[in-house]
Amino acid sequence: MTRIALTVNGSRCEADVEPRQLLAYFLRDQQGLKGTNVGCDTTSCGACTVLVDGESVKSCTVFAVQADGCEVTTVEGLAQGGELHPVQQAFHEQHALQCGYCTPGFVMATISLLLENPDPSEAEIRDGLEGNLCRCTGYHNIVKAVQAAARAGA
Amino acid sequence: MIPAAFEYERAGSVDEAVALLGRDEDAKLLAGGHSLIPAMRLRFSRPSLLVDIGRLDDLRYVRESRDRIAIGALTRHAQLVRDPLLREHCPLIGEAAALIGDPQVRHRGTIGGSVAHGDPASDLGTILLTLDAELVARGLQGERTIPAAAFFTGPFDNALEHQEILTEIRVPKAAGTYLKYVRRAHDWATVGVAAARVDGRVHVGLTSMGPTPLRARNVEDALADGASPADAAARAADDTDPPADASASAEYRTHLAQVLVRRALERL
Repeated sequence: MTRIALTVNGSRCEADVEPRQLLAYFLRDQQGLKGTNVGCDTTSCGACTVLVDGESVKSCTVFAVQADGCEVTTVEGLAQGGELHPVQQAFHEQHALQCGYCTPGFVMATISLLLENPDPSEAEIRDGLEGNLCRCTGYHNIVKAVQAAARAGA
Repeated sequence: MIPAAFEYERAGSVDEAVALLGRDEDAKLLAGGHSLIPAMRLRFSRPSLLVDIGRLDDLRYVRESRDRIAIGALTRHAQLVRDPLLREHCPLIGEAAALIGDPQVRHRGTIGGSVAHGDPASDLGTILLTLDAELVARGLQGERTIPAAAFFTGPFDNALEHQEILTEIRVPKAAGTYLKYVRRAHDWATVGVAAARVDGRVHVGLTSMGPTPLRARNVEDALADGASPADAAARAADDTDPPADASASAEYRTHLAQVLVRRALERL
């Protein structure tokens, strides 16, 4: 076991982990943060996307020990005081989901995209979300939601 | 899919990492982990010790070094894409890095990890071979410089000793372009083609046309003899050994290499 100390959604946490423990399972099983979904386990689908030090990563492809000392944000860390994060609000209003399984990953990837490019074109949004797969909606409303979130200054 | 168990050590310096590698002949280096961790999850790779060099931030840089650009081995793909020095002096690197994986992968993956992994379908190896880059490695005997032409020794293999770490990559200032054909978003290259002007000569490199990145020497010689891009490109698949897999047959790759080399030369 290796001792790690990190910040998850603003709270400091310390834990003993096996080095082979992947960040996605650390968050789900040890921290109880089930909003981070594991879809493919092959770095393909992006459902497990979280932010590490403000940048999107696929948490099925990062060992928990690599996040030692880092700041991790999951979908549970977005809403403040009962208010949805502007990107969550935009996904809600634009109906950018059907089954919802991919949604936490899309929301986290969108936040990272808008941090790097606050006013993306439609092509830049589609490229910027290339690492996330949705098998229900066909992406149209997801792109609309990202555009709405960008307009709202997310 | 959980990787096999392993011991984990985080190195605080390159020298410490070199020493840690000496502890176990099945030890492997962990940089960004975006080639190694997927392979470990599928248990294609089962190192007994992982030496994490991912926190060696002094190996993350791009700087001008006389007539060359020096890139720290742990520079992430996302940094290569937006680096102003590379954009000005060697745009081929950022152009190719932007085509690797997806944004999440580019936030973690590193140039050194990518080329040391030695996947014949990866893009940056081809770029370094095309540019005649130099790869700087540090080991027990100190530092040495390996020309890219001697670095790629086979699929998933390279010229590094077990206790040797890639620290820097030096590329010439050069105009160039990289074309990558993929069947699906964030896939590896079915075929990739790099073309660059290096010291007044056109260099052409190929991805996924053999067990390592390759140079299309016959194309280069034909161009030096004054052939048109279309005539030179007809030689693109000479002396290659393209694989046949789920993405494409060897015949299709042969055809694609010729088309992409012609397009790359016309863009250069």
